Amino acid sequence: MSELNVLEAIRQGIDEMMAADERVFVFGEDVGKRGGVFRVTEGLLDKYGPLRIIDAPLAESVIVGACIGAAMNDTLPIAEIQFADFIAPAFNQIVQEAARIRYRSNGDWNVPMVIRAPYGGGIHGALYHSQSIEATFAHIPGLKVVAPSTPYDAKGLIKSAVEDADPVLFLEHKKTYRLIKGSVPASDYRVPIGLADVKRSGSDLSVFTYGLMLHYCLEAAQTLERAGTSVEVVDLRSLRPLDTATILDSVRKTGKALIVHEDNLTGGFGGEVAALIAEHVFEYLDGPITRLGAPDVPAMPYAKPLEDAFMLNPLKIATAMRTLAAY
Amino acid sequence: MTLSAEQELLAPITLRSELPAETLREMYHYMALARALDERMWLLNRAGKAPFVISCQGHEAAQVGAAFALQRGKDFTLPYYRGLASVLVMGMTPTEVMLALFARAADPSSGGRQMPAHYGSRRLKIVTQSSPVGTQIAHAAGISLAEKIKGGDAVAWTSFGEGTTSQGDFHEALNLAAVHRLPAIFQCENNEYAISVPIRQQMAVNSVADRALAYGMPGVSVDGTDLLAVYEVTRRAVERARRGDGPTLIEARVVRLTAHSSDDNDRTYRPQRELRSLRQHDPLARFVAYLHDHDLLSEAEAQELRAQIAAEVDAATEAAEQAALPDPETLADHVYGS
Repeated sequence: MSELNVLEAIRQGIDEMMAADERVFVFGEDVGKRGGVFRVTEGLLDKYGPLRIIDAPLAESVIVGACIGAAMNDTLPIAEIQFADFIAPAFNQIVQEAARIRYRSNGDWNVPMVIRAPYGGGIHGALYHSQSIEATFAHIPGLKVVAPSTPYDAKGLIKSAVEDADPVLFLEHKKTYRLIKGSVPASDYRVPIGLADVKRSGSDLSVFTYGLMLHYCLEAAQTLERAGTSVEVVDLRSLRPLDTATILDSVRKTGKALIVHEDNLTGGFGGEVAALIAEHVFEYLDGPITRLGAPDVPAMPYAKPLEDAFMLNPLKIATAMRTLAAY
Repeated sequence: MTLSAEQELLAPITLRSELPAETLREMYHYMALARALDERMWLLNRAGKAPFVISCQGHEAAQVGAAFALQRGKDFTLPYYRGLASVLVMGMTPTEVMLALFARAADPSSGGRQMPAHYGSRRLKIVTQSSPVGTQIAHAAGISLAEKIKGGDAVAWTSFGEGTTSQGDFHEALNLAAVHRLPAIFQCENNEYAISVPIRQQMAVNSVADRALAYGMPGVSVDGTDLLAVYEVTRRAVERARRGDGPTLIEARVVRLTAHSSDDNDRTYRPQRELRSLRQHDPLARFVAYLHDHDLLSEAEAQELRAQIAAEVDAATEAAEQAALPDPETLADHVYGS
């Protein structure tokens, strides 16, 4: 058992997978000597050499497209998109190709690859280094989308993602990279894709969230605890496939649902969770299904007051929790 | 690019006679088979039995020539939608082609999920393709990257039209392949039309092969109606790739003998004179003439072969037409492996 931050946990997961299976390789911008702009792949070039830790040309479409090809030639690629904000040029390769290859070939071909993408804001990244992209990609059948928020989950999920027979978009909230620490066992464990995790058990209200917002929600829940409100916090971890059973069970228990994400509200992933709850456990509800997200502006601005106004924080979340709890 | 690479690829093609007569006849067989299947598909379309056809006619020599330079079962092929002749050489059967035309459950490319001409077969290393053009060029680069990582000597051969060279994926993939000297062969089948848009509105260079210089790889432009020329250029490119000397861009100049697809009418944009003269560039007629001139195929043998192919196409059509359609119950199959 050791204390790691999220970034170290992901690195350790990749390292262990590369040591265990020589088919695993990393392909992305600056992943070699520089070890990635966030240092996730630091040290791996020395360990595995330039044929397995490969600096890619500055071209996102072929980063993903080449990894798709490589995956179809018996290797297990990990593509790194330097910032999720830059994934748009690869949209065609991810959505039309990676996600559809198994289906369109009637199960003949498949694409076992991971696309890692640091996302999220609150780090003075402005419009193009802060985006949340999960809703767009979670819409796509054939693709798996995970967004771990703790070191334990990040390591366990990256290993599951590398082993998965289908393409996995692995979203890493960049503010959690060094901020969030936690104990990670030395054992070779996995966190299965498709399972949510109740990070805090409660009885008055259920909160569904992921990424950095999980930590803000846990903080807010603690505040409410002091006032006698018991908040359950469910970390979705995996957006597609989504663990509907855990979501619905939680609402059956508490009768109230708040969905929190950093992404803007309209068409955000929270809408999907809200719809599921409305469809399946309507009769258990004791208050309106509530969503909390960023305002519908194109992206997160740079200046601190604007960034703060855009981002959710434990205070804003606690207010929403109180309103719903009092309903 | 080294001068020697250019010299090697562009060296005069004088080796034709070295191919055994049997191989030359086999090449003709595949060209004629592709043509006969293609023509039958148009008939079936006009008879209302197949909603969509997209044609290989005019591209046969470029594809058969190239595919004969590849090793079946070892090398990867990533053809585009005009790749009928190339997939036949790589092992797809006429019945399998017809199963896709009729969208039958047993269609090996997609089980009836994709439009016809979206070829794929893992067994034959024909990589599944989509409709957005050029994506497969990146896959070819990636397959050859994996081959380099694994230390294997298979090559990835991909084909695309000249219009597709305007796509970003063409640029990104060729650049990557050149940087890492990957064992890939990029074959542009330049028929001078992207649906209706002529090449002069697609690019300002005289030849797609000119672009190779900018990537640092050899580029060769070859008469794509000359089967043996394409074979020889591709053979050299494959040799280079297997040796670890990197990728090659080949432009095969071909003709599109049909409209873009069964839903197109090329009389609305091709000059009359061009339409009338198209058949003068028919690669099939050219190769038949070559075989006759070299006493490699008598008229009687040619007739016998054509009869045999017609029977093969009849049998394939009948078998595919009678095959079962996909069961609606399978709609949600193969979204994920687990």
